[in-house]
Amino acid sequence: MSWFKRVKEGIITPTDEKKSVPDGLWHKCPRCKKAVVAKDHEANCYVCPSCNYHDKIGSAEYFGLLFDEGAYAELFANIKPTDPLGFYDTKDYKSRLTESQKKSGLSDALRVGVGKVEEMPLVVACMDFNFIGGSMGSVVGEKIARAIDYARENRIPVMVISKSGGARMMEAAFSLMQMAKTSAKLALLAKEGIPYISLLTDPTTGGVTASFAMLGDFNIAEPEALIGFAGPRVIRETIGKDLPKGFQSSEFLLEHGFVDMIVNRTELKSRLGKLLRMLA
Amino acid sequence: MPNYFDFEKPIQELEEQIEKTKQLSQKNKLDLNATIKDLEEKMLAEKKRIYSNLTGWQRVQISRHPERPYTLDYIEHCFDDFIEQHGDRNVKDDKAIVGGFAKLGNQTVMVIGHQKGRNTKQRQLRNFGMANPEGYRKALRLMKLAEKFNKPIITLIDTPGASPGLEAEERGQGEAIAKNLLEMSVLKVPVICIVIGEGASGGALGIGVGDKVLMLENTWYSVISPESCSSILWRSWEHKEKAAEALKLTAPDMLKNGLIDGVIPEPLGGAHNETNEMYSRIKDELTKVLNDLSKLDSEKLIEKRIAKFSAMGAFTEA
Repeated sequence: MSWFKRVKEGIITPTDEKKSVPDGLWHKCPRCKKAVVAKDHEANCYVCPSCNYHDKIGSAEYFGLLFDEGAYAELFANIKPTDPLGFYDTKDYKSRLTESQKKSGLSDALRVGVGKVEEMPLVVACMDFNFIGGSMGSVVGEKIARAIDYARENRIPVMVISKSGGARMMEAAFSLMQMAKTSAKLALLAKEGIPYISLLTDPTTGGVTASFAMLGDFNIAEPEALIGFAGPRVIRETIGKDLPKGFQSSEFLLEHGFVDMIVNRTELKSRLGKLLRMLA
Repeated sequence: MPNYFDFEKPIQELEEQIEKTKQLSQKNKLDLNATIKDLEEKMLAEKKRIYSNLTGWQRVQISRHPERPYTLDYIEHCFDDFIEQHGDRNVKDDKAIVGGFAKLGNQTVMVIGHQKGRNTKQRQLRNFGMANPEGYRKALRLMKLAEKFNKPIITLIDTPGASPGLEAEERGQGEAIAKNLLEMSVLKVPVICIVIGEGASGGALGIGVGDKVLMLENTWYSVISPESCSSILWRSWEHKEKAAEALKLTAPDMLKNGLIDGVIPEPLGGAHNETNEMYSRIKDELTKVLNDLSKLDSEKLIEKRIAKFSAMGAFTEA
């Protein structure tokens, strides 16, 4: 019996792998724990150079790394959420919204930008996971619908970047109907022969998967993202067994025929440019 | 002995009292007709009182009543000459969704609906009304067939959700539902959808994009079941009643919020209580709505359908 006893279970990091990383200047990969200079990490599209872990990033980062010179015009920023049902669980939805807005500096979980990608015009609607789990409420649905309308009016291809836990419970059936709304708008876009690209990132689940995220002319996934309809916890509880390794990953979806390609974020812009030029 | 809910206890007590009085009068050859009549009136009043003040959770319970009519019951009693079709032409036949052409009066229509089972064996066969991707793809195949032959489509919604499982994910549950939403929004024929029981989330909406979306009075329709909502937001299954209220999932609430087009009243005590009355109300409503929709050409139908769903949502625009 040693005189020293570990209080917390499960700490198994060997001493030589431990790193102390100062905040700001360095970025420590949440998966491989290796440190990289924050600037280099950003230059590498927030992808770990050691293990290729794609860090979870938001609309600001995606717009910055996709649009030429980071230049774009934001559309429909004046559309803001409300609390149509007076929803109350452990906290009221109104305060949840205010808190999330304060914490994230965003008004809801999706922003739309229009700009150029390798000189090709593109409308991008990008979800922000750090706003109530990227959940889809009325604002997300409405902004996607208007982004599609904008793309139709101006005959510009459109891309939606999904990163979401699914529909927003606090807007209940209002959220549900955003699935029908966005899908119907995509039907109109398809009629006009304007390309729609769906980029699926970690995570893309629930009502988002069961609507616009799966409807791309091109379904592109980032590596190792979780993509599925039912959440892994729900499936595990339903079938009463552990899930196979890699289940509901980008690679699993590629294998089963639901995404066209997996593209590293570092190559995303050039791939999009190529694609847009081919379809122009 | 019929099934009673907790909230029906006063009705059950009165019913038992009536039964006892009847037995007493028979046994002792007493004329207790006045008492019986009195009790029956009391019971009716009690039933009306209870059923005009139902909470969200109580309606959820009624929507799941084991004797409630299911899709095949409506098909048998509201339609004639049903010819069931099977399979998605791809993987298999999903028994949780049924469909085929049938006659509504003189009109040929395509009827599609979720199907639940009545006993353990049937419930397993029907997977509790939880469809897999092939179910949604079968439904779409049949809808396209209806479009081809210019016949209107009627869908009956009754599901606790799309099936969550390994195979459902492997075969693209999300894609199957998404595809239906897109395709249904541009179908060239009239589409009428009725929630006849449970309307849970994407699994319900997957056959729910229509020109007229109606709900029976004691059904529910939302983004999640009250139980799952409770387990996620309160981290326990105990708050299902509160969740049911918060979700505003009842037919009157859904109509008030502009998310459905109408409510079909149920007989007193719920659809299961007087099934024949329920069947005739649905048949009348369908006939009427079909007649209205048949006046619109397909372009107008699609335009109005998309405009309706596009207008759904609550936000501010400063």
